[in-house]
Amino acid sequence: MAAEASNPATPPAGSTGGRRDGLWLLITWVVLSIVGCLLVALVWGPHMPPGAQSSSAQHQQFDITVLGVIATPVVIGVLLYFGWAIAFWRQKPGDETDAAPIHGNTKIQATWITVTSAIVLGLAVFGTVELIGPAGAGAGEGPQPIWKPAGTVTASDTSWVPGTSNILQVQVIAQQWAFTYRYPQFGGFETTDLVLPVNEPVQFNVTSLDVIHDFWAYQLGVKADANPGVNNVAYTTPKHTGGFTVRCDELCGIWHGAMYNYGKVVSVSDFMSWARSTETQLASVTKLLPPYALTYDPTTLKLGKVNQELGLTGAGGGFYNPADPEQP
Amino acid sequence: MSLPARVTTLVIAFLAVVAGGIYVALHYIGSQPPVEDYTSFASNGQVNVTLMTAAQTTVSDKPDWVTYFIENPSTHQFVHTTYFKVPANTKVNVTILGYDGCTPLRNPVWGKVTGTIGNVENVSFFNGKTATPSQPFSVFNTWADCSVQHTFAIPGLGLNVPVASPTTLAENNNLCGTSPCVANSSDEAKAPHTVVTFSFMTPKQGGTFRWQCFIPCGLGYLDGNGGPMGTPGYMMGQMEVQA
Repeated sequence: MAAEASNPATPPAGSTGGRRDGLWLLITWVVLSIVGCLLVALVWGPHMPPGAQSSSAQHQQFDITVLGVIATPVVIGVLLYFGWAIAFWRQKPGDETDAAPIHGNTKIQATWITVTSAIVLGLAVFGTVELIGPAGAGAGEGPQPIWKPAGTVTASDTSWVPGTSNILQVQVIAQQWAFTYRYPQFGGFETTDLVLPVNEPVQFNVTSLDVIHDFWAYQLGVKADANPGVNNVAYTTPKHTGGFTVRCDELCGIWHGAMYNYGKVVSVSDFMSWARSTETQLASVTKLLPPYALTYDPTTLKLGKVNQELGLTGAGGGFYNPADPEQP
Repeated sequence: MSLPARVTTLVIAFLAVVAGGIYVALHYIGSQPPVEDYTSFASNGQVNVTLMTAAQTTVSDKPDWVTYFIENPSTHQFVHTTYFKVPANTKVNVTILGYDGCTPLRNPVWGKVTGTIGNVENVSFFNGKTATPSQPFSVFNTWADCSVQHTFAIPGLGLNVPVASPTTLAENNNLCGTSPCVANSSDEAKAPHTVVTFSFMTPKQGGTFRWQCFIPCGLGYLDGNGGPMGTPGYMMGQMEVQA
């Protein structure tokens, strides 16, 4: 880089315009960078993924925009220098002379190291702040999250009132090859529909009944691994009503690519109406579900007499005689 | 070894690897079960589709795998496949002959019938001698009772149908031993089984919808999810809807 940067000041042999080239390059770079950064921040930024449907998504969009703004002068500088060299410093017909010898430039090297170090350290601080601010940035924080949404508590697992500090809990249960969602504060019903209220903090408790999956609510900016026997907690606050896509983001078997569904963010009143009606509609199957827990072990369930006599467990066909497993 | 010999050996080894790769691609990845086409058998906006479950697949090289069969609409023979085609915007009347024994659901939520017309399925139980009248069911408790053997679920349509099973220990210990269970002998046809019927509407637009069993019934495989659970033609398949 030091060698490249020294070129404007040390043009090819025979040239007398080195300083002028360097000045014009600098002016052009500054102007293009300002224009580019404004375009990235103001025009492209609001459309950066994953959107702004939740607090997590908003922070992620902001982060990506900041990174884009930082990268823009670098990209413009590289491309400008490249184009400038092709346009003005290319070999003239019949010119067989060598270019001027290149030597290290201490000032440029020091500047380079200082600036890049400042950028990297600054981004480290920025990234840490952005991770803490939105309570884990929408990522799974494990069973004991370090960062929780400000002003919220998990006061009750059995009831939820909008607008209070008692955070809404939604359990995400993954299995090959579908997600289901359990609402412990509404009688513990379980459904294939993921519905969330707008402007209310949500705590996702993500787990799996079989292999490793990954719960990725793309537009919400929420992404957490679903591991069997583990409760992986992620937070977000939906900010806009509308639909979003849920995908499995961990290769989990032959239908992994088809393991997706759609959720929606609705008004608080619509959510309450939906939750209460769904609780009633699913009452007949809710009473058959195991008591709400953060993880489930299908091998330890108490089964009926015939199931026991047949040697079955709640794990289905997965835990037959371990001494005689059939190999694939 | 001389240079020509070494070159020849390398070429042969290279070709062997390429041939092996092509074989794997064609045999395991590219192969697909046959598709039973019901589209020309629809009338008055309805079509009848018949499936069968069996505790084994004696017609395949995986005789101890559980499996589904689908009836060929022309020959009425049961074919070892899980792929079928039906017309769009049509009422599909499904009959599942359930010849397998019970297994508890890993997630009891799949014990509820959803997505069918009326959100019910009708079940007749045959104990080897007599059959009960068909009666409607909307939910099954698979942990407390020996009640369900597999499920027929199309997640893309919100369809979930637990396939009821023979209920007693004696029936579960005297299941059909050769599959498909109604094609080989009258004795097999008399094995304990259930007859599950239900109807659902196909979407107005065409498309391919995957279906699967939600009971991890891959005997001996990790978490019960390998083997037949992950192999087309056994416990998972596709329904092609033709617009």
